[in-house]
Amino acid sequence: MEIIGRVISKGHARGEVLLSREPLSFLGNVNPKTGIVVEKGHPLEGKSLAGKVLVFPRGKGSTVGSYVILEMKQNGVAPVAIINQEAETIIAVGAIISEIPMLDKLDVDVFSILKDGDLVEVDANKGILRVK
Amino acid sequence: MELTTNEQLMLNGEMGQGKQKAMEILVALGKIYGANKMIPVTSAQIAGVSYKTIGDAGLGYLKHMAALGAKVEIPSFLNPAGMDIEQWEALGIPQDFAIKQMEILDAYATMGIKMSCTCTPYLIGIKPKVGEHIAWSESSAISFANSVLGAKTNREGGPSALCAAICGVTPYYGLHLDENRVANLIVKVDAKLTNRSDFGLLGLIVGKKSNGGIPAFKTFPGARPNENDLKYLGAAMAASGSVPLYFVEKFTPEWRVSKDAEQITITQKEMDKAKKALNEVDTADIITLGCPHASISELVEISQLLEKKPVKKTLWICVAREIKIKAQEMGLAQKIEKNGGKLVADTCMVVAPLERMGYKRTAVDSGKAAVYLPTMCQQKLLFGKIEEILWK
Repeated sequence: MEIIGRVISKGHARGEVLLSREPLSFLGNVNPKTGIVVEKGHPLEGKSLAGKVLVFPRGKGSTVGSYVILEMKQNGVAPVAIINQEAETIIAVGAIISEIPMLDKLDVDVFSILKDGDLVEVDANKGILRVK
Repeated sequence: MELTTNEQLMLNGEMGQGKQKAMEILVALGKIYGANKMIPVTSAQIAGVSYKTIGDAGLGYLKHMAALGAKVEIPSFLNPAGMDIEQWEALGIPQDFAIKQMEILDAYATMGIKMSCTCTPYLIGIKPKVGEHIAWSESSAISFANSVLGAKTNREGGPSALCAAICGVTPYYGLHLDENRVANLIVKVDAKLTNRSDFGLLGLIVGKKSNGGIPAFKTFPGARPNENDLKYLGAAMAASGSVPLYFVEKFTPEWRVSKDAEQITITQKEMDKAKKALNEVDTADIITLGCPHASISELVEISQLLEKKPVKKTLWICVAREIKIKAQEMGLAQKIEKNGGKLVADTCMVVAPLERMGYKRTAVDSGKAAVYLPTMCQQKLLFGKIEEILWK
């Protein structure tokens, strides 16, 4: 199945889905050394973002979050791709400087068809999410 | 989005990797916010300078951009850093902090950015004209440029302002368009405004009520605000309510009010209550003035007060380095320092690591500083006009 989306950051990646219905703040809430979410009470608390296709509504919190995403990438614990419902500045800037493929505004509600562990392919050169 | 040939060349990487990355970010932001083109900007002011606010992650990002060979295209300068670049040691800034801070400044310098670290670029000759498009990112500077000068800037973040500096353009949306520069809140003031700190207090109250909107003030009864007053007003509204633009009847170059604008009145009672609520302590460890950075006319006033009665406690007056040099040439700096004041350049009480320097209680006359000192520096506040706080 191919789902069309808008390209925010170019690139191509495959990986397992990790999904959050809650927005995510990176500064202070994700450990840039381990890639693990440490925000108390967040649905992803204790889970690692490393190597995942991270699907969540949008970023929130401090704009320094963009830099945290780059730090995760340099430490090898960043997501391999990002899907947002609607991109905002923090995550978009973070994805571009870290060269993480990113799509938003998919033409299907991905929250209703994807679940954790699904293997997907993100083609952020063409703006396509492929679901097996 | 339609790009010019030059912008397309940057995006394709034909003008280097640094410009390519920066243009990719600008294009993405343009998409997100619905811009149909880019617009040239005449200057950029870049936030995200203090090591305290951007940390190792931000330092890594700046080194990365510098390593890609990114260079700025337009006059570009910085928000305050975490310390006075020349006298950090004498002021008690920890050495580990200073080393990281210098690395940040070095990365910016490599990209061709001027080492002017100030929230008041308009006081040091960077004063855009009515209708001029700019990309600034410090909240009080944004407010002053949009409102008092009538220039046009969105609320840029550190990275987006840096990208605008590198490419010389910014996405054309938001406050660059007149149709979005319309007030949705009319504010009448039924209170005495006798000094800058009153304007700061008013700003705190109106900022909270405007909730990110654009307020329009009717003329102030009995008060003719000067640029220092408006600087304090706008800074406080930006801090308490992210207000990027406001109008003052018969004062600001623009005045556009929506037909559906709500109207509110701020009373003396509200002002008194807000002032009381800010005061948590009745004595301070350090007095800090110059938020936003002080002008020469403010320094003259402070020097006259100190001449009457010197201060015993530590007194910081935060300024742009260019203003400090001017004050030294005028003999003003020497007068202030003789009577206990310290002219602190390149930084301010909010982005310096006050909390690591043994200070717990800070006296301020600024609404903006009153918003940030408790959260960013863990300070308890003494708030009032200069005469009320200098000798406490």
